[in-house]
Amino acid sequence: MIHCYKSNGYNIIIDGNSGSVHSVDEVAFDIIGLYESTPKDEIIKLILEKYKNRPDVNEAEINEVFADIEELIKQKKLFSKDIYADISIDFKNRQSVVKALCLHIAHDCNLACKYCFAGKGEYNGERSLMSFEVGKAALNFLIANSGTRKNLEVDFFGGEPLLNFEVVKKLVAYGREQEKTHNKNFRFTLTTNGILLNDEVMEFANREMSNVVLSLDGRKEVHDRLRVSRGGKGSYDLILPKFKKTVELRGDKNYYIRGTYTHYNTDFTNDILHMADLGFKELSMEPVVAPSSEPYALTEEDVSKLCEQYEKLAVEMIKRNKKGEGFTFYHYMIDLEKGPCIIKRISGCGVGAEYLAVTPTGELYPCHQFVGNEDFLMGNVFDGVTNTKIRDKFKLCNVYAKEECRDCFAHLYCGGGCAANSFHSSGDINGTYKIGCDLHRKRVECAVMIKVAEEHPSD
Amino acid sequence: MKRIRTLETKDLEKSAKKGGCGECQTSCQSASKTSCSIVNQQCEQNNKKKK
Repeated sequence: MIHCYKSNGYNIIIDGNSGSVHSVDEVAFDIIGLYESTPKDEIIKLILEKYKNRPDVNEAEINEVFADIEELIKQKKLFSKDIYADISIDFKNRQSVVKALCLHIAHDCNLACKYCFAGKGEYNGERSLMSFEVGKAALNFLIANSGTRKNLEVDFFGGEPLLNFEVVKKLVAYGREQEKTHNKNFRFTLTTNGILLNDEVMEFANREMSNVVLSLDGRKEVHDRLRVSRGGKGSYDLILPKFKKTVELRGDKNYYIRGTYTHYNTDFTNDILHMADLGFKELSMEPVVAPSSEPYALTEEDVSKLCEQYEKLAVEMIKRNKKGEGFTFYHYMIDLEKGPCIIKRISGCGVGAEYLAVTPTGELYPCHQFVGNEDFLMGNVFDGVTNTKIRDKFKLCNVYAKEECRDCFAHLYCGGGCAANSFHSSGDINGTYKIGCDLHRKRVECAVMIKVAEEHPSD
Repeated sequence: MKRIRTLETKDLEKSAKKGGCGECQTSCQSASKTSCSIVNQQCEQNNKKKK
């Protein structure tokens, strides 16, 4: 299927099944839009009528566009067929390999962010910290179940992982020792609210962490409204200098300043630009995950405004980039030529199969967003995955398992979306989360538009 | 083509034959954690070539 849209003055066609992108003029845009539904003679008539004041639009020109379209069809770059549906069936018999763990090193937090999906860090359970023994067993489990995968990812997550920094350090040392023995490469990452960042942590993180994710929601009033201490005080002033220093010391290593936007700041582009104005260059901003009953939850009515914000952000990024003041935005970082292969695009994020979450006591869940829901308990790091039914269900949770995805132009961009969002929204991991899908489609449109603008800057 | 400009994109059909090494990053290990984004992940094979 194709998707035709206009953005920032560009007419863009995305061929959903091949991933091809075409930047076209308005005449070709109209013809391609009608191509499948309307007979050729009728299209010619309609185009000649619409552009009757344009001397450059005549029958010969229109026929030339038809010839170009036919050539692109031949090249499988336009109106291409979906040839990947059958590949997804093989996922059932695919060997189960674990390559990434989200280690819940602390089910406790020194903030009490009002929108926290982890229930103030405790995941609706008791406050607890992971012991070194459990963490060590988790790394052993990962190595033992990783097959021939060399790169193994471990995210120190919480709650707030720095509440258990001593164990983080010991686990990294253990991982470094084990990677040599087993010919693996550990990529550690840390997601932190920044409260406990100090010189020692910064030096350690900059040495050992391939990426650090620093939580900042943008403007002070936005951040302080929801990211508060247990006493209700905003955390912006406390963390900002620490984030600045961490990033400065990090040199060319990856980091993300990552925010969450809610119903309270549907003008979130201002928050992203605030981050950029503070000097941060690697930015991310995610829609809040929340039950619809919460006042800060995003609503269907918010979607059109949020889409405008994504567009505004994309246009501003192009402008700033031209001035040498560019920054990256996580969802717009697509590489059309060298991006992920089709297998990755079909199989999605790997939840419940390649990617698992580990609680402080060593329980295994499909991902961090299922932690605390015992229906999804898969086993533990000592005995491995014992509830293989859950794993098998997630192995088959891919873009072709979702009816709604089949006709969506963006299905090879999102891999079927977030299973946790689907579950929370529809009660089924193979369902869809409409707001999430609408926003994702818009982000894809904007990311592609930026690529078109890079290719044709003078347009 | 006068009115249609096609951007260079990855040949997904070709990648079906060679792809799937599984060495690439899991999307939620980076900046996401609450949504899913696949297409912005890097292909590890390209990183290898760069080295």
